[in-house]
Amino acid sequence: MSDSPQWFDEEAGPVVRPYALIRGRTRPSGDVFDLVAIVRAVGETPTGELGPEQQLILRAARAPISVADLAVELDLPVGVVRVLLGDLRDHGLISVSSPSAGGSRTNERILKEVINGLRAL
Amino acid sequence: MDSVLSEDPVALKILIAGGFGVGKTTLVGSISEIKPLRTEEVLSDRGVGVDDLDGVEAKTTTTVAMDFGRITIREGLVVYLFGTPGQERFWFMWDELSYGALGAVVIADTRRLTDCFPSVDYFEQRGTPFVVAVNCFEGADRHSVDDVRIALDLDDDVPVMLCDVRRRTSAKEVMITLVEHSLRTLTSAN
Repeated sequence: MSDSPQWFDEEAGPVVRPYALIRGRTRPSGDVFDLVAIVRAVGETPTGELGPEQQLILRAARAPISVADLAVELDLPVGVVRVLLGDLRDHGLISVSSPSAGGSRTNERILKEVINGLRAL
Repeated sequence: MDSVLSEDPVALKILIAGGFGVGKTTLVGSISEIKPLRTEEVLSDRGVGVDDLDGVEAKTTTTVAMDFGRITIREGLVVYLFGTPGQERFWFMWDELSYGALGAVVIADTRRLTDCFPSVDYFEQRGTPFVVAVNCFEGADRHSVDDVRIALDLDDDVPVMLCDVRRRTSAKEVMITLVEHSLRTLTSAN
């Protein structure tokens, strides 16, 4: 018995499975959010109707934040975060800009800035 | 007024590809802070029999960890690194990952050069700028860069370089070479 692994607290995994948070949905309504899309909270937050995770997202997105960073910050799988974001978008509580959309691979000036930045690392 | 002057942060995406165990995680860790990013994807038929699905027949997604790092160039300009899933059954994740990507690093191990064929094919077909970084494992033959170029049948403009993914300076050189290559691709297209 004492040889069997014991898990406590965070090691035991979430008390609520991630997909229970989003009621079993695996795809957000509307367009899928790119991993590097930038999310920003907009408008007034109606605290009553939102789940705790969605409130956490809105708090984290007061300053612009990427979808991938949100997933890391909330320690939730990306797919779960996307569904939660879809709900927030439907409620008009976030704005989303997808920097990699539009086909252009970004402009020359930015790339030069990145090269110089990498050199300076 | 240049639109870049607006407050919108710029987030760029670079993919790190290559066969299983070739050094993707090490490369991301050498140059950036690794963050634990969990993603989940639809189980394809290939997962059946590998993942134990007894009693959860309705389960169609599984959670996989992804190599993920970020390099902050300055406030409002961040480069994100994403390791592409090494297993074949996660291929379908690549389309989303590569969408709008600035470019890709394909890490090659000369002892198992064929492992990087699928990545090279993929980025050639997608038109994603990429470089081939030959990871010099201890004890591995130091094939010349030209031999690797011939073996992979690469276009002349695709940079091929030797690297040691464990070393930060080497990882840095790889990233710089890639962004310079992306810049050349961009300017020659205009």
